[in-house]
Amino acid sequence: MSDEILKVENLDVHFRSSASIVKAVNGVNISLKKKETLGIVGESGSGKSVTATALMRLLPKGIGSIPNGKITFNGKDILSLSDKEMRDVRGNDIAMIFQDPMTSLNPVFTVGDQIEEAVRTHQQISKKEAKLKAIEMLKVVGIPEPEKRVKMYPHEFSGGMRQRVMIAIALSCNPKLLIADEPTTALDVTVQAQILELMKSLQEKNDTSIIMITHDLGVVWEMCDKVIVMYAGNTVESGKVKTIYDNPLHPYTWGLLESQITKNTLNGNKLPAIPGSPPDLRNPILGCNFADRCPYAKEICKTTKPEPIEVEEGHIVSCHFQTKSNRLERKELVYIE
Amino acid sequence: MGKYILKRLVDLLPTIFVVAIIVFVITRLIPGDPAAVMLGPQASVEDIQELRDDLGLNEPLHTQFFQYIGDLVQGDFGVSLTYNQPVISLIMDRFPNTLILAISALVIALLIGIPAGIISASKQNSVMDYTVMVISLIGVSIPIFWLGVMLVLYFSVNLGWFPATGMGTMDEGFITYIKHLVLPSITLATIPMATFARITRSSMLEVISQDYIKTARAKGIKEFFVIGKHAFKNALTPILTVLGMQVSALLGGAVLTETIFSWPGMGRLIVDAIDKRDFVVVQGTVLFIAIIFVLVNLLIDVLYKIVNPRVNYSSGKGGTGK
Amino acid sequence: MTSTQPSSIETREVKKKEINERSFIRKLLKNRIAAFGLFVTIFMTIIAILAPLIATHSPNEMDITHSLLGAGVDGHLLGTDNYGRDLFSRIVYGARISLIVGVSAVVFGAVFGTFLGLIAGYFGGKLDSLIMRTMDGLFAFPFILLAITLMTVLGQGLVNVIIAIGVANIPGFARIVRGQVLSVKEEEFIEVTRSLGATHGRILFQHVLPNCLAPLIVYGTMSIAGAIISEAALSFLGLGVQPPTASWGSILKDGKDFLVLNPQMATFSGLAILITVLGINLFGDGLRDALDPKMKV
Repeated sequence: MSDEILKVENLDVHFRSSASIVKAVNGVNISLKKKETLGIVGESGSGKSVTATALMRLLPKGIGSIPNGKITFNGKDILSLSDKEMRDVRGNDIAMIFQDPMTSLNPVFTVGDQIEEAVRTHQQISKKEAKLKAIEMLKVVGIPEPEKRVKMYPHEFSGGMRQRVMIAIALSCNPKLLIADEPTTALDVTVQAQILELMKSLQEKNDTSIIMITHDLGVVWEMCDKVIVMYAGNTVESGKVKTIYDNPLHPYTWGLLESQITKNTLNGNKLPAIPGSPPDLRNPILGCNFADRCPYAKEICKTTKPEPIEVEEGHIVSCHFQTKSNRLERKELVYIE
Repeated sequence: MGKYILKRLVDLLPTIFVVAIIVFVITRLIPGDPAAVMLGPQASVEDIQELRDDLGLNEPLHTQFFQYIGDLVQGDFGVSLTYNQPVISLIMDRFPNTLILAISALVIALLIGIPAGIISASKQNSVMDYTVMVISLIGVSIPIFWLGVMLVLYFSVNLGWFPATGMGTMDEGFITYIKHLVLPSITLATIPMATFARITRSSMLEVISQDYIKTARAKGIKEFFVIGKHAFKNALTPILTVLGMQVSALLGGAVLTETIFSWPGMGRLIVDAIDKRDFVVVQGTVLFIAIIFVLVNLLIDVLYKIVNPRVNYSSGKGGTGK
Repeated sequence: MTSTQPSSIETREVKKKEINERSFIRKLLKNRIAAFGLFVTIFMTIIAILAPLIATHSPNEMDITHSLLGAGVDGHLLGTDNYGRDLFSRIVYGARISLIVGVSAVVFGAVFGTFLGLIAGYFGGKLDSLIMRTMDGLFAFPFILLAITLMTVLGQGLVNVIIAIGVANIPGFARIVRGQVLSVKEEEFIEVTRSLGATHGRILFQHVLPNCLAPLIVYGTMSIAGAIISEAALSFLGLGVQPPTASWGSILKDGKDFLVLNPQMATFSGLAILITVLGINLFGDGLRDALDPKMKV
């Protein structure tokens, strides 16, 4: 318990849009240990990125709010920190990299400037030392000719190289936690593997914990120790990666798995998809958020919210029909239309 | 960079040539006899003919044109009939005064307009934002010659704080000098100020939603630097474009402002010349101002290059202030 | 727009237009500020049209014995000017000059500018560079200075004011239309029409021009505001319409000389300009947001 670096309890995130409130995240729980990697999976709009943004307290001002929940990072209560204290955490203790390396780097500053800035924001070092640190970081993330590259602008780098720069910025202050929001989605397949490999090796070296946000289960199997499956703002299933890989229980997880399988085996000839679309989170939902799209849904799913149940050690599922005593019969590839 | 500037300078030559042609065409080809206009409706036919001879208007057009271009290349803008002086020396006497007025106005406009736009954008939909927007919309709609007259009415006539007309000299003391400068430069600054506030706001709003701003925040940088450094430098390109256009508005506005405040600059020179129907001066001064404008836009192009590393040196098409 | 498969090019165009129109009107009405701008513009137009009914006196009737009266004296709502003419009536009639010049000059500039922009963008090549070089040259002159220069040559008068401001408006329209033409030209349906054997004229006026309309309308509206200010500026410099015709600019010019004796002259003539121009700009802003959100300033 003592090496638990991050604990999130019952986190809610709301967004205010014109005259209505979007409940983007409902009651998410996270527990992450040192050097551990947690995957958060879900389709777009599931609340996975919002959760990450909330951890950094970077929700858009005046629009996003955290009405409930507790975030404990390294013993500190994140939500009660002052703005200044929070800035000291950002980039220093918790760093973040984003989905699209083409737009995440500031186009009008050299990559060197951008790494140096991160270092100098949190450490009292001279400009010269910061410059050396920037070159060192570029070397660490495997960018050739770092002395030359450090003076270049982002547009002179390829997508994969830019993501390496983003990692260099993120790791420049040796953060205890790295949040990676779809870090490989925008990259070519071969580059994806390189970036994941790089993150893994740097994690080994620096004992960093990682939260990997992705819609790609392949990335989860590859990288993560634990996984949370999110759907429409709720956690539908969570547990050790191995457990969920061997014994997935929630119908939504099945759907995700099947779409993944078909993508790999059918070579994209058929559209792997779960029919329907996620519910409108502005309206109150009485039952299970997934009920409308779930082929197993019964009357109770539309009227009563399923409670999270620990079906086996560390494996939590929110489904009326997946309890300790009761199991659903899984149909094969039901989601392909 | 030096090579780039040189290349752009060479690029400008055809534009300056076109500008010279336009002035020539306006003065020679449009119906209406400049000589007749100059002398007024009471002039006799003989007088008009004589003046036409003096001005070379009776020569064939192409001869007139080559004569005109030839003179221009040597810096000869013609000789004023009423002042009995070369136009270029009249311009050079007054140009510094216009420059002082225009630069003060530009500084006021930039120092107030840009921060107002930044604050407005970073607090979108706040009371502050609406206030800036309303004031700047009035600012771009206001006839500055009216604003100038109203400023004179309140601050000179009624309150007596600032002199209504004229330009102070340093001999009269710095305070007097500045006092003379206040009302004219505020008048001239109004439109650019409002325009800068509007363009800065819209440009900043676009930039603030970009991913790299999120990256900057995630680094733990103070919000002041996120907005003032990361966002603003990216928002600068459209602001520079507007800056280029506003130089034109400033030079045009100077004509009106100098008239209201009897400021001894080039604008005043043009208006006086119109009153005296001294056509050579009008033509020369207008041409001079157009050339200044073209040169200022070269400067803006160079600034683009400094601000935005993605603009290609060789293409030279970073977009001039148009 | 939507992902439905268009069965032919025509239906796709129709669909696009319908959607645009509906959302355009909704957006415009939703924007209260723009609606207010439109209201002010219409109000000023009505004043201009009904000037003889609204004015309390003949605008040019002089009465030296009653010059520079204060507001409300002797039935003169805003007092009288230095010739004893009723200021209120002159300002009411001034709306006519402002709106006539504003609209006519912009139509003048729009017609010539659109034509030049169309052929420059459509045919490209040497014709394009010749036209656009000339437009760049015209752009080098501050707008008001170009108008001043033209006025000194043309001489005073309503038509000449329209021509001078109209000419100064040409390059702006030419640039906008050319830019639109360049982007429209490459679109699929133009290719198809051309391959069906349509003439250049038909392609230009039936297919390319309608696609330029949105930015033209927005830019045109804003230009009217600019043209009204320019007319007032020219008249203020004594280069506008011929006296004794009442124009807001010329009233302001006279008012400047009688600031102490009768500040209403300068104050109200200028206010009339400000309100009209502000109204048109507010409306123009709303039009732009509804029609063409990508345009700036």
